[in-house]
Amino acid sequence: MSLSLAEVMKVASLARLELTEAEMEQYQKQLSAILDAVDHLSELDLNQVPPTAHAVAQQNIWRDDNIRSSLPIDEVLFNAPEQKENQFLIQAVLDE
Amino acid sequence: MIDLTSLTLTACRTALRRGETTSVAATQAMLDRITTVDNELKSYLTISDELALEQATAADKRRENGEDTPLLGVPIAVKDIICTRGVETTAGSKILAGFIPPYDAFVVQQLKDAGAVLLGKTNTDEFAMGSSTENSAYFATHNPWNLDRVPGGSSGGSAAAVAGRLAYATLGTDTGGSVRQPASFCGVVGLRPTYGRMSRWGVIAFASSLDQVGTFGRTVADCTAIFQVTAGYDQRDSTSIAAEVPDFEAALTGDIRGLRVGVPREYFIAGLDDDVHQTIRTAIDKLAELGAEIKEISLPHTEYALPVYYLIAPAEASANLARYDGVRFGPRRPGADQTETVKRTRSLFGPEVKRRIMLGTYALSAGYYDAYYGRALKARTLLKNDFLEAFKQVDVIATPTSPTTAFAIGEKVDDPLQMYLADIFTLSINLSASCGLSVPCGFDRQGLPIGLQLIGNTLQEATILNAAFAYEQATSWHKQTPPI
Repeated sequence: MSLSLAEVMKVASLARLELTEAEMEQYQKQLSAILDAVDHLSELDLNQVPPTAHAVAQQNIWRDDNIRSSLPIDEVLFNAPEQKENQFLIQAVLDE
Repeated sequence: MIDLTSLTLTACRTALRRGETTSVAATQAMLDRITTVDNELKSYLTISDELALEQATAADKRRENGEDTPLLGVPIAVKDIICTRGVETTAGSKILAGFIPPYDAFVVQQLKDAGAVLLGKTNTDEFAMGSSTENSAYFATHNPWNLDRVPGGSSGGSAAAVAGRLAYATLGTDTGGSVRQPASFCGVVGLRPTYGRMSRWGVIAFASSLDQVGTFGRTVADCTAIFQVTAGYDQRDSTSIAAEVPDFEAALTGDIRGLRVGVPREYFIAGLDDDVHQTIRTAIDKLAELGAEIKEISLPHTEYALPVYYLIAPAEASANLARYDGVRFGPRRPGADQTETVKRTRSLFGPEVKRRIMLGTYALSAGYYDAYYGRALKARTLLKNDFLEAFKQVDVIATPTSPTTAFAIGEKVDDPLQMYLADIFTLSINLSASCGLSVPCGFDRQGLPIGLQLIGNTLQEATILNAAFAYEQATSWHKQTPPI
């Protein structure tokens, strides 16, 4: 299984990663090698096998519906790179 | 005067209870040793010395008032992927540089309730992705037995700190072997409990269906003592199991007569180092000598564990790590617009993290989901069933923890696939509903430690801990200390 450079660029864009050309080429090689190694799975007949998403299956777990205290806003915002009026500040996403 | 750092956790606890020493003395002894030794070992990312001495002083005061809790005054350390209120937590990544958690992880709160003193945060591969701790964005940790070797990973800092006597016990996390493999490389005991036994609340996520907190100690009793206080149900983690926490410490009887021990033939394969192979066989003979019944068994889908793991873990990681966008925490690298800002900020991820995000994104992307991620989930069922079948015949499964002993620093950094193979014997436990531990069982010709992996069925930690305890009491590996 060999990944093309275009595929690597597409995946990087999906993952919101900005890669240098050298990184792209390196990942093209390494990811192709890893995909070859995992291709081993195609030997298995899995048609009748159900998937396992979690080691210990549990369903519909709810916590008790009790009111609990939340963190104070200043603590929540303490690590924010930028903040304004008790909110996280980012660049405008829509045109003004 | 006794060297306090040479004591085991349980001996330190006894000395504290008898008033033979104080928490301040034990904490100061550890901090002094960290100052002397850790510039070479590099096991700590953050040393919270002031806070530790405050906590130690408070612990001594509580004891003077007649109080006692399971770890009152005992200095420990926590892997830097576990949130600690007020103490920087980076997950070994530049993308979380300066992050000060506003709350404690459940397991940290449990440690504090038990009276433990936090010495600091231990080094880790970035976001726990690695098998050598060389992927830490800050520095590599060294192996206390040989400073040119890796300590294993990703909880290499926690393993090296315990082996180097820089903490009485530590917490790590184990997503594919990240507690057991470094325990094996550093000659200490490392437990990876059943998924759901430990709360993941406040543990920075890598692969949510596989992540689990684990514990390190120099002896089985030490590893059990810290496990005892951190295990348990937590409503804030929906995958936490609401099961009773047994008295694990009381379960260490050392009697394993009649215990059925399975030895899976698929774990004794090409690529297994000769010294490791011989040592593991000798350890299994010792279990037989102690009264265990040894049976050869089969875990037929073992060869698929690596491909299944390296599809599922990166897929989950790519989703979990989408949250690092420079909006709510961590540094921000501004670009022309918000999308560019997110992309630039994410350049703070290191090469292995980016590699796994890429792999996971690919495995989940349209057109490839069924062929990769979907197949991996189905194959995971086969691996899980292998263990369920095996545990109908045996109580414990014994294998090597890793196919080799600690490799040289730099040896595998440029070859991710070779690095992934270091975890080939530990991955299946995370994919299934089993628990596992590594206990020291000898040394190779170069004097590097070897670990015996003991695997137990769902929530059967007491069984594997007692088997390890029986083995340890009949051998003297745990009494050897590294030269550092």
